[in-house]
Amino acid sequence: MAAMKNCHNDYKMKFSVDEEFPDLSLHNNHMAKVLTKDIYSKLRGKSTPSGFTVDDVIQTGVDNPGHPFIMTVGCVAGDEESYEIFKELLDPIISDRHGGYKPTDKHKTDLNFENLKGGDDLDPNYVLSSRVRTGRSIKGFTLPPHNSRGERRGIEKLSIEALSTLDGEFKGKYYPLNGMTDAEQEQLIADHFLFDKPVSPLLTCAGMARDWPDGRGIWHNDNKTFLVWVNEEDHLRVISMQKGGNMKEVFRRFCVGLQKIEEVFKKHNHGFMWNEHLGYILTCPSNLGTGLRGGVHVKLPKLSTHAKFEEILTRLRLQKRGTGGVDTASVGGVFDISNADRLGSSEVDQVQLVVDGVKLMVEMEKKLEKGESIDGMIPAQK
Amino acid sequence: MASSFTRILSSKRNVGILSLVGGSVAAGFLLHREHVTAGEPLRRRYPASAEYPDLRKHNNCMASSLTPAIYAKLCDKATPNGYTLDQAIQTGVDNPGHPFIKTVGLVAGDEESYEVFAELLDPVIKERHNGYDPRTMKHPTDLNASKIQSGVFDERYVLSSRVRTGRSIRGLSLPPACTRAERREVERVVVDALSGLKEDLTGKYYSLTLMTEQEQQQLIDDHFLFDKPVSPLLTCAGMARDWPDGRGIWHNNEKTFLIWINEEDHTRVISMEKGGNMKRVFERFCRGLKEVERLIQERGWEFMWNERLGYILTCPSNLGTGLRAGVHVKLPRLSKDPRFSKILDNLRLQKRGTGGVDTAAVGGVFDISNLDRLGQSEVQLVQTVIDGVNYLIECEKRLEKGQDIKVPAPIKQFK
Repeated sequence: MAAMKNCHNDYKMKFSVDEEFPDLSLHNNHMAKVLTKDIYSKLRGKSTPSGFTVDDVIQTGVDNPGHPFIMTVGCVAGDEESYEIFKELLDPIISDRHGGYKPTDKHKTDLNFENLKGGDDLDPNYVLSSRVRTGRSIKGFTLPPHNSRGERRGIEKLSIEALSTLDGEFKGKYYPLNGMTDAEQEQLIADHFLFDKPVSPLLTCAGMARDWPDGRGIWHNDNKTFLVWVNEEDHLRVISMQKGGNMKEVFRRFCVGLQKIEEVFKKHNHGFMWNEHLGYILTCPSNLGTGLRGGVHVKLPKLSTHAKFEEILTRLRLQKRGTGGVDTASVGGVFDISNADRLGSSEVDQVQLVVDGVKLMVEMEKKLEKGESIDGMIPAQK
Repeated sequence: MASSFTRILSSKRNVGILSLVGGSVAAGFLLHREHVTAGEPLRRRYPASAEYPDLRKHNNCMASSLTPAIYAKLCDKATPNGYTLDQAIQTGVDNPGHPFIKTVGLVAGDEESYEVFAELLDPVIKERHNGYDPRTMKHPTDLNASKIQSGVFDERYVLSSRVRTGRSIRGLSLPPACTRAERREVERVVVDALSGLKEDLTGKYYSLTLMTEQEQQQLIDDHFLFDKPVSPLLTCAGMARDWPDGRGIWHNNEKTFLIWINEEDHTRVISMEKGGNMKRVFERFCRGLKEVERLIQERGWEFMWNERLGYILTCPSNLGTGLRAGVHVKLPRLSKDPRFSKILDNLRLQKRGTGGVDTAAVGGVFDISNLDRLGQSEVQLVQTVIDGVNYLIECEKRLEKGQDIKVPAPIKQFK
């Protein structure tokens, strides 16, 4: 494809680095920690073939200085090539965010659900629900911060075609955001499936809410256990879920469904963006690798108030969230516990950590209920 | 640093001057995208029909005027700085609007936007400014405050008087499109000029990034401090990027002349005081504006202006004079009268709450200001406000005495 010209960026090059360099003095995010005038100077004259520039990459991080306690990423990719053209900026950010991952490291992909050990016996008295999600980007299209209406609609069309070929346990229906009936909307809300226009400035400043709700929609199977979001924060977000603690079944359905979808996209010459260094390519560098978040809603009222709770989570390579998802609080001692890692370990590895870790924490909770100590159960760093 | 701007400006100002005197042909040649980009296409892998926005649920001026044909004609064009139609209309696509309130739905990224995208902007301007046709009509500019008649209101009713406008610095992109360097240059140019103001206009600049907590508190108490825009009408147009870099507030020591830098426009200029002396407010407004203009011209800059659109600002609704002259006035009885809206309409006035646009009135106190911006001069619009507010006060007084009031005949407009 011939390189497209970004004449706005050419115009900007008339100003010096000092004149254009952002003021990051109050900022606390990965981008602000890595971006120097030197790096900015090297990258500002470049653009990806579709016209995405370093200023586009960093805008969300410039506009959102961050929080002293929470370190956000502060940058996004506009297309697959962003990760290559702006590697001088993105590689150190990836390293900081993904535990020292090096530019020469290789990422392992393993979507063979049979490699997962156990996971079908998490105590449903404690584990209320199980869920695995990931994202996928469709090769040949630019990403949500940058894509045009035509591209977004193209992604939607291709996704609908692919999903409509699914059958058996995966047979389902697509609900475009712009066109669903009131009754359909209410049902999707009741099922907790409906996603809303992003309000977080982390996303809006990156341009991901443009033209809402054009080209966006939700697909789910008739059983309501397999769900796909189209054109939200990524091209596709794929979710497998069910009540109770059978993570093994959730992961099986996840892997099988994903592979079926991928086959259809490949037939249309639009496979998923992937490479052996970064794994699956997604909009936010934090979701590279597997893009996988596997987790449970689990009752841990005693363990969560134990002094060593945070340390246990860290050692198990897990993270906690409230039951509303990221940036929410827990309610009634019920926590969302999921894998912390995305890049450098496989899907099977990450879900295994969740399965083993949650099993251990439920046993700890039971011990604490009986008034017993859990000191002997504190795990080593995984 | 200064040299890169001088270089750009010499070509920019020629464009500006040429559009004033050389006519559309010369300006058109210089502005045509191919002249700048050597014939390279903008990124577009889908035809215009696949990119045309879905405007079926929209109620704004852009949606009313943007036909698929106009979109197809303009979608591959860009201004010399690289600003595109998609960028200009993004705010209108993202904000479908309200059945009762018709917003404009597009912005300009630079002075040339009004030329390059004229086929869309002209009908939008015509709709928003009550039939003003930029293709055939000329806008009058008149900042001679001595022409104002009466203009000192009854202070038992008028609590405060205020006149505001905006000014853009020619040669620098507007807030939706400006780079950080351009925004900082706007700040430098204006602050430098303002430091030359004397006597009752002597004042000080407070940068949003550098002000102390004490200064911030004082500005809040004075009701001078502006905040990062939260309205999606502005944020979707990219006007809040890099906040608060390059933004600040200047005001004179007497706190009667205030300038906002790099908020929704390059500058917003405000003259105000408590009480009803609108004549004095407008006199200071004109004097201050002319003085600032002289000071920037001394340094080789000028305001964006042309004779078909008047002063060029970010939002097409603010073209012409960009002027909103208004008062906070107590009209507890009149505001409850069912004829109130019609009276305002005929007087070419609009009401707002005392918090400004999109707020409600408190205690019967209303913000009353001119509806029009383009097609009439500053003097004409301020006179309209003065005559209109005097009429409203007369109505209120009559209602106090139990007398009846009349709906005035509608004022003639430029057409």
